Amino acid sequence: MSSDSDPIEVRGLTMAFGDRIVMRDLDFTVQRGDVFVIMGGSGSGKSTLLRHLLGLLEPVEGEILYGGESFTAAPPEERARLLRRCGVTFQTGGLWSSLTLAENVALPIEEYTDLPPAEIRELAHLKLALVGLRGFEDYYPSEISGGMQKRAGLARAIALDPQILFFDEPSAGLDPVSARLLDQLILELRDSLGATAVVVTHELDSIFTIASNSIFLDTESRTIVASGDPHVLKTDAPHPAVRRFLNRGTDPREGRT
Amino acid sequence: MKINTDSANPLPHRRFVTSFRAMPPTVTDLASPAPSISVRADDAGLELLIAGDWVIGAAPAGVAEALAAVQALPGGARVRFRAEAVGRWDSSFLAALLRLGDAAREREVSVLPDGLPEGARRLLALADAVPERPDAQRETEERDFIDRLGEASYDTWHAGRDFIEFVGEVALSLGRWVRGTAQVRSRDLALLIQQAGPEALGVVALVNFLLGLILAFVGAAQLQEFGATLYVANLVGIAMVRDMAAVMTAIVLAGRSGAAYAAAIGTMQTNQEIDALRVNGISVVDSLVLPRVMALVIMTPLLTLYADVIGVLGGSLVASTMFDISPLQFFTQARAAVPLKFLLGGLFKGIVYGALVAMAGCWHGIRCGRSAAAVGRATTSAVVLGIVLIIAAAGIFAYVFNVLGL
Repeated sequence: MSSDSDPIEVRGLTMAFGDRIVMRDLDFTVQRGDVFVIMGGSGSGKSTLLRHLLGLLEPVEGEILYGGESFTAAPPEERARLLRRCGVTFQTGGLWSSLTLAENVALPIEEYTDLPPAEIRELAHLKLALVGLRGFEDYYPSEISGGMQKRAGLARAIALDPQILFFDEPSAGLDPVSARLLDQLILELRDSLGATAVVVTHELDSIFTIASNSIFLDTESRTIVASGDPHVLKTDAPHPAVRRFLNRGTDPREGRT
Repeated sequence: MKINTDSANPLPHRRFVTSFRAMPPTVTDLASPAPSISVRADDAGLELLIAGDWVIGAAPAGVAEALAAVQALPGGARVRFRAEAVGRWDSSFLAALLRLGDAAREREVSVLPDGLPEGARRLLALADAVPERPDAQRETEERDFIDRLGEASYDTWHAGRDFIEFVGEVALSLGRWVRGTAQVRSRDLALLIQQAGPEALGVVALVNFLLGLILAFVGAAQLQEFGATLYVANLVGIAMVRDMAAVMTAIVLAGRSGAAYAAAIGTMQTNQEIDALRVNGISVVDSLVLPRVMALVIMTPLLTLYADVIGVLGGSLVASTMFDISPLQFFTQARAAVPLKFLLGGLFKGIVYGALVAMAGCWHGIRCGRSAAAVGRATTSAVVLGIVLIIAAAGIFAYVFNVLGL
């Protein structure tokens, strides 16, 4: 992988379920070190876009590139190699319910490395400690709270020291304090791992805390209507839907709700 | 339009007497003046006079006529309301107004809500704030029998191809396991074997004992005619060992293990655990399907062997209590009647049925949608497919084994 090409590039991506087009002509680039937020109202296709980026859904048209290499055109083994550099936390946590937290974190390490079991267990403990779950190694996902499940999912996502971290609605369903802690954790991990983060969210607090770049998916026109730093977009976005979204329904230019 | 007499004379005692004489009063008759709309044309359009208590269940009079009057208006006209005579009102009032408003919009007639009660006006403004999205309405096209038949055949054809592909994937996965590139966790496998085998002993025994009993009953009644009741042992022995034990055991496993696999994997799909496996480069077939197929491939023949014995036991109970054939006699007779190739053939069938049941369960689990209802459907389909596959395979086996002289 050439180190100077952008971690993720999306060109002319069109997503559809059967005949129903979700989003069309998506073009964007995620730069190294960004916390890149994918915004949009409910049902605008944010999570669908994430599933396309991860190869869980196939695009109807267009291409996704990781570090300059085409992901869309790659055969399965090549895709697995590209995804090895990625860590993902899912909306519902996505923890394997039949495994303990330590085993959840250990499984990707076992899959991709030939480390001895003792070392893998040690790594799993470290990752869980990083997200504040020291002592919960032998708990099953169903035995811990929703916020802890999200953090455990994060520990699994960083198991292989990924260069790109994906977050699907990280703070959804969390209380404000936990949500804030999770935001801090995302920034901290980004800085310490030197990683790039792609976050799907519609939580304004999170967006303004973590985002350095963003795109806005508009349900009406079914494409990207704004991109850039959300702090700037808040007042200067050309599209009124973006301004209303970032100002909790009030457009600062019109001053009405 | 007639003015409702009740609202003209709102005296409770008189109304009570009137209704009492006519017929037993209903709740609405007693409680309130009946709702009504009447239409009065004026120079610019229409005036709708609304009166009475508009509560749910009190069939309002004149709504259809009012709607027709609005629809007959020329474009550019306007509709006004006079609602001083409205008493209580709830959603039924708003629903009627919304219908009138929609009809007016279609005719490009303007509606002046001024005459309406304050609360109703505000709620109507709320309902009209977001115009109906034309693409939000789902298309409910009527499809005739031929369309549905075609669609169903198309779906079945595709599902069939998909399942065969899935069987191929499982075979490849088995190949990887043999070569050592796919690992099956021994702990997972042990648990699955425990659930599929030992925990099913009771129900497998019950079903096969009763089956042996029934076969003996039916057979003995016929054989008695020829004075050959002893041959009931041959009948029960051959039927159980050759075919029925394997089929009945596999059907029990389809209901127990096949359903459990579909529900477990379907729930993992709902919970995004399958996504997490894929993203981490872990093969779903290797990690989830292969151990389950192995568990049933190991346990179905063993349970079949056990079912053979239990079935013959059931037959001997009937023979000894009703036809004076001692259990020892029964067993000796049955053993002589059943050659080893029948026994091995039955166990082989058990292996195939077990594999089919496990794959049907796992396949429906993986295809499961992301909702609780989808998990239920996946479980049902898994059991149905499992049983259909067992019976189809049993039919094919009956023919092939016959041709091969086994």
